[in-house]
Amino acid sequence: MSQAIESPTPINTASIASGAGTSQTQIAVAPGGSRRGSWVNAIIFIVLVVFAAGMILPFVWMVLTAFKPESTIVKFPPQLWPTAWTLDNVTNIWQRVPFGRFFLNSIAFAGGVTVVSLFFDSMMAFALARLRFPGRDVIFLLVLIALMIPFQVIFIPLFVTVHDLGLLNTYGGLIIPRATNAFGIFMLRQFFMSLPRELDEAARIDGAGEFYIYSRIVLPLSVPAMATLAVFHFMYNWNDFLWPLLITSSTDMRTLPAGLALFMGQHVVEYGVIMAGAAMALAPLFIAFLFAQKYFVNGIALSGLKE
Amino acid sequence: MSKVETARPPIGPQPSVGERLASLRRDMGTREARAAYLFMLPSMIILAVFVFWPIIQSFLLSFYHWSFGSSAQQWVGLDNYQRLIPDARVWNAFRNTLYYTVVTVPVGMVVSLALALALNRKLPGRGLLRSAFFLPVIGSFAIIAMIWSFLFDPDIGLLSYWLHAIGVPVTGWLRDPDWAMPVVILVSIWKNLGFNMVIFLAGLQGISQNLYEAARVDGASSWQIFWRITLPMLRPTTLFVLVISVIGAFQVFDPVYVLTPGGGPLHSTETVVAYIFHQGIELIDISYASTIGVILFVIVLILTLFQLRLLRFREVD
Repeated sequence: MSQAIESPTPINTASIASGAGTSQTQIAVAPGGSRRGSWVNAIIFIVLVVFAAGMILPFVWMVLTAFKPESTIVKFPPQLWPTAWTLDNVTNIWQRVPFGRFFLNSIAFAGGVTVVSLFFDSMMAFALARLRFPGRDVIFLLVLIALMIPFQVIFIPLFVTVHDLGLLNTYGGLIIPRATNAFGIFMLRQFFMSLPRELDEAARIDGAGEFYIYSRIVLPLSVPAMATLAVFHFMYNWNDFLWPLLITSSTDMRTLPAGLALFMGQHVVEYGVIMAGAAMALAPLFIAFLFAQKYFVNGIALSGLKE
Repeated sequence: MSKVETARPPIGPQPSVGERLASLRRDMGTREARAAYLFMLPSMIILAVFVFWPIIQSFLLSFYHWSFGSSAQQWVGLDNYQRLIPDARVWNAFRNTLYYTVVTVPVGMVVSLALALALNRKLPGRGLLRSAFFLPVIGSFAIIAMIWSFLFDPDIGLLSYWLHAIGVPVTGWLRDPDWAMPVVILVSIWKNLGFNMVIFLAGLQGISQNLYEAARVDGASSWQIFWRITLPMLRPTTLFVLVISVIGAFQVFDPVYVLTPGGGPLHSTETVVAYIFHQGIELIDISYASTIGVILFVIVLILTLFQLRLLRFREVD
């Protein structure tokens, strides 16, 4: 980090040294700069709008297809905008899939994992970032190793372990193995490292213990990072397909993606029904996203990801 | 954690700050270490049982011959590893994974950084634009793949029709051995762009405005500011995105599995993890699947350590 800070420093001191002269230059430069700036902004804006339209095209296609009759879907050439509208696909999938049950299971699984994992991840990250103890580097390396192992490599022994614990086809089996997450530990550690160490020292002098520092100093300062991680955990687990498929065996334990994907796998030809199902599987997160956009994209102050 | 530690109001005459710090340091070593281990206990237990125990099992299995269901495990030494050498499909899988990684990681990082830089400006509808780029992130790959398969359907897909309309020769796209991987790569970049963009945005917002102002006052051009201030200050963020992206790319499974089941046309999209899945789940040859997993793990481990070294991660402490 030292080098990164060093390079801008000369500029900084120079600007202070030149003192009053700088404000004059600034005034002189500003009008021309901003006019050029607004042109640049306009071009960037247009490029971004076109690009963004391309990004959401698949979703537009999905929603519009969901309302097309099957007969117009298979017609060539394909048309983006429906010539006829129908609700058949939507009603069809409601009748064939226990959507409500899948939805509740997804809430229980994704919500449960998010709450427990945030707690455990942050505790572990706190120890790794803020406390000194023998073996810290080795343990951090172990966390990175956990991050590096592809799930598909370990999931057969993992399945056997969950089976041996008698947790197959239960919420416990879905949630407990996910109750901590190497990515979350890594991310929060990076964030906690950035908080000023003086805060801990000051609290220690006042006789505060480690748990006090964790719960009253570090966590309150980490709300944005925790919120971000909460969103990531929830999203990841809500969307996960392979894990719930592996751990659950009965239909009434399936989560939304696993249940719908299985259903749709059997009806590959009916694009209208599939798109209606896809839209319904995506809808809950999209709605949550609309309400909490700030946490998804704007307010993410992962700025603490710096060293 | 015990309540004893949470609040201890000072009693008696107040010693000086220096004295208290010194006495604090004396007993801190053991007390702090004890607290640290307690803090890590829940996570360590879960990681031990549900990550490291399966890792050890996989590693051991690579020296055995074992098929799921059969009780007999037979020690075969390095036999499983020797099987790798003549297995053309495993080499193909590593080649495909490398292809996927060297395209998705740099392209994904550069585009998401450019997006973050653009969307960090004061633009009309900035929030809406950010949301549009982030939207693909929140969908499940299992679901999203169905939309893309439909879009690229050579007969009735909208995109394949539009591409043909602008003069792109007709191909089978996901059914064409030359085109399947590029489409998988396109969909992967599309899916992950918003995630990296958000992390870069956060990194950009963490850079002090004073640095920019000072540079502007000194007459630095936008180009100079980018190379001399933005990029160096973003280094920790870039490191994080790089490590996560490379690890993710080497483990890629979801997009290839759902877009091109069975390894794609002529196994052209079969990545290492997809091949592990094929061996372990479809052929139930768990010991061989574990062997490939061990090799993949070693490669990712070396790469990650190399990246951390490269970006001087150790300076964190």
